[in-house]
Amino acid sequence: MEFQIALMLVQDGITNGAIYALLALALVLVFAVTRVIFIPQGEFVAYGALTLAMLQAGVVPTTVWLLVGLGVAVTVVDGVPALRSGRPGRLLGVAGWNLVYPLGVAALVSVLPLQSLPQLAQVALALAVVVPMGPQMYRLVYQPIASAPILILLIVSVAAHLTMVGLGLLFFGAEGQRTPAFSDASLALGPLTVPGQTLFIVAVSVTLIVALFQFFERTLYGKALRATAMNRVGARLMGISPALAGKLTFFLAAFIGALSGVLIAPITTVYYDTGFLIALKGFVAAIIGGLASYPLAAVGALLVGQLESFSSFWASAYKEVIVFTLIIPVLLWRSLTSRHVEEEE
Amino acid sequence: MKFKRLVASAVMGTLFSGAAFAQVKVGVISSSTGPIAMVGIPQKNSVPLMPTKVGNLTVQYIPLDDGSDPTASVVAIKKLISEENVDAIIGPSGSPNAMGVIQFAAEAGVPLLAPVGTAAVVLPMDDKKKWVFKTTQNDQLIADALVGHMAKHGIKTVGFIGSSDPYGENWAKVFTESAGRKGIKVVASERFQRSDSSVTAQGLKLLMAKPDAVLIAAPGTPAVLPQITLYDQGYKGKFYQTHGAALPEFLKLGGKKVEGTVLAASLMLVLDQVTDAHPSRKIAIDYVNAYEKLHGVKPATFGGNVFDAGLLLKAAIPVAAAKGKPGTPAFRSALRDALEQTKDMPATQGVYNMSPADHSGFDERGRELITVSGGKWTLIP
Repeated sequence: MEFQIALMLVQDGITNGAIYALLALALVLVFAVTRVIFIPQGEFVAYGALTLAMLQAGVVPTTVWLLVGLGVAVTVVDGVPALRSGRPGRLLGVAGWNLVYPLGVAALVSVLPLQSLPQLAQVALALAVVVPMGPQMYRLVYQPIASAPILILLIVSVAAHLTMVGLGLLFFGAEGQRTPAFSDASLALGPLTVPGQTLFIVAVSVTLIVALFQFFERTLYGKALRATAMNRVGARLMGISPALAGKLTFFLAAFIGALSGVLIAPITTVYYDTGFLIALKGFVAAIIGGLASYPLAAVGALLVGQLESFSSFWASAYKEVIVFTLIIPVLLWRSLTSRHVEEEE
Repeated sequence: MKFKRLVASAVMGTLFSGAAFAQVKVGVISSSTGPIAMVGIPQKNSVPLMPTKVGNLTVQYIPLDDGSDPTASVVAIKKLISEENVDAIIGPSGSPNAMGVIQFAAEAGVPLLAPVGTAAVVLPMDDKKKWVFKTTQNDQLIADALVGHMAKHGIKTVGFIGSSDPYGENWAKVFTESAGRKGIKVVASERFQRSDSSVTAQGLKLLMAKPDAVLIAAPGTPAVLPQITLYDQGYKGKFYQTHGAALPEFLKLGGKKVEGTVLAASLMLVLDQVTDAHPSRKIAIDYVNAYEKLHGVKPATFGGNVFDAGLLLKAAIPVAAAKGKPGTPAFRSALRDALEQTKDMPATQGVYNMSPADHSGFDERGRELITVSGGKWTLIP
C-alpha cells in the first residue's frame, strides 16, 4: 500500500472518528449523570441533519410541530402542579419555555425566507428546533422514572429510539438528503488534499470538546453535573436538583447530536434512520472508555474511525463486522482488569 | 374453536357462493415503514389504483405493512392465508422478506406476486417457487444491457462496488458472469453499507485498480454516495448504475456529479421520450397520471411493479374463475396456471411472457438504456 493512500485513509478515519468522539462524549455524559444508556442519541443526528436539509429546501421543517407538541405536553405535566402550588410565577416560567419558545420558533420558520438565509443562520435555526427536544424528552420520558434500575431505563431508551425513528419516517419521508458543504475550500498538506468540510468537522469537534472541558471545570452548572455523576444522593443533599441536572445533560446530548448531524450532512446522505448506526459506533467508543472516562472514549472513537476506514479498504464486505467485533476484546480486557461492582438497587 | 371456524367458513361459503357476492381477495404486503420504506411506500400507494372489478367479480385488496422485517412478513402472510383466505398475495417489498415467505405461500397453494429485485425468488425454478411470480426485471436482463453498452464503447475493465446486501451480492455474481462472456474484466469488487457515512476507502481501492468504467449496484439513493466520492477523488472514467438507482431522488442528490451516468431500467423514467409504438407507453402514462392525481407526487418504479401484479391478476382471474369459485383451492391453482400462461401482456414495466421456466417474463422491451444529460433522464436511442 502506498504511503499516500494510507494517509488518505487516516484522514477519512479522523473525520469519522471526530463525529464518533462527539457522540461518545454525549453518551458517557448522559450515562454518568442519569444512568440512561441514551440509544436515541443517533436520532438527534438524523433530526438535526434532515431539519437543516428541509430548511435549505425552503420548507417549514415538520419537526417544529413535534417541538410544539412536546412543549404542550410538558406544559400540562409541569403546569398543573405549578398551578396547584398557588405560585402563578412558576406557571409563567413553565409556559414561557414550553409554549412561547416553540411557538416563537414555529412562527420564525414560517415567516423567514428560509432559502435565502445565510447558511449559519439556517444551522442555528435547525439547532433551535431540534435541541430543546432533548430536555423535553427527559422531562416526559425519563424524569418520572429517574430512580428506576438501569435495565428499565435501557428498555425505555429502546422504546424512545423506536418512537423517534418512526416519527422521523413520518416527518422526513423514506428518502435521504444531503446539504451543501460549508465551504468548497480545501487545504493541500504535502501529497494530501484535505477538503474544507473535514477541517470543519475536526475543528468543531475539538472546540466542542475543549468547551465542554471548560464547562465542567469552571462553571457552577458544570460542577453540579460532575457532582451528580459522582454521587447522586450526595449531590442532592448539597441542593443540586436531579431534574435540572437531567435536563441540562439531555440538552447537551441533543445539542451534540444535532450538531454532529449538521456536520455530516454535507459529506454523506442522511436517512431518517442513519443516526442509529453512527451512534452505535459512538457507543463502541464509549464502551472503550468504560462509559466513564471521557479521554478514553475520545481515543476509542478515533480508534473506531481508523479501524473502519482501513477495514473498508481491505475487506469492505466485512467492515461492520470488524468494527463491532472490536467490542468483544475490549469488554474482555475491561472485565479482566477492573473490579466488578454490583449495581445497588 | 376449530368447529366454530368450520361452521363460520361453511356459512360464509354459502353466502359467498351467490354470484352477487363473488369476490376475489388479494393480500398486499408492503414495507411502508422501516429501512426499505422508500420501496414500500409507492407500492402501498399503488393499491387504490389497481382494478377492483374483473368481469362480474369484485376484487378486494387487503394491505398489510411488514415494517421491512422478514419475520413480520411471515406473520402477515400466515394471517392473510388462514384468517382472510386470500386467493393471491402481492408482495412483500424486500428480497429477504420474499425469500422467507415462499414456503408458506407454496404450502397453502396461494400464488405470490413478488415485486422484489432478486431473481432468487423464481430461479432456479422448483416445486415451491412455481407459486411465485416476479414483476421486476431480472438482474440478468439489466446486466446484459449494460455489458452490451460497455462492449460497444470499448470498455475493457470495470470496477464494481455494490451494497452489502442480497441486491449487491447478486449483482456482483450476475455482472461478473455477464461481463466475462464479452471479455470484460472486473478488476475490483467492493462492498459498502447503506448507512456508511464515507466510502473513501473503497473509492481509493477502485481508483488503484484503474478501471475503464465503474458499476455501482445499490438499491435506491445509497447508490449516489460511491459515485460522488469517486467523482470527488478525481475518477474520470464512465459510471454505470443499475435499475436500483432509477429514482428522481438520484438526480436530486447527485446533481452535476452524476451527469453522464448510464443505466438500464424500465421505461417509466423516460416516458416522454419512448415512441408511441412501445406497447407499455400508454399503460405507464395512465398509471403515472392516476398516481399523481391521487397522491400529488410521481410514483417511483417500485409502485409500477405492484401495479403490474394487479394487471397480471386482472388478466388471469377470468380464466381461473371458469375452473373454480374464488376462495377455493381449485381457483387458486387455476389462477397460478393462468398466470403462468400469460402471453404478450403489456404493463407499466414492459411486456410479460410467462412460461413454466420463466416466472419473470421480461424481454428487451422491459428495459431501456438511459443516461443522465442536463440533469434529466435521457433515452439512449
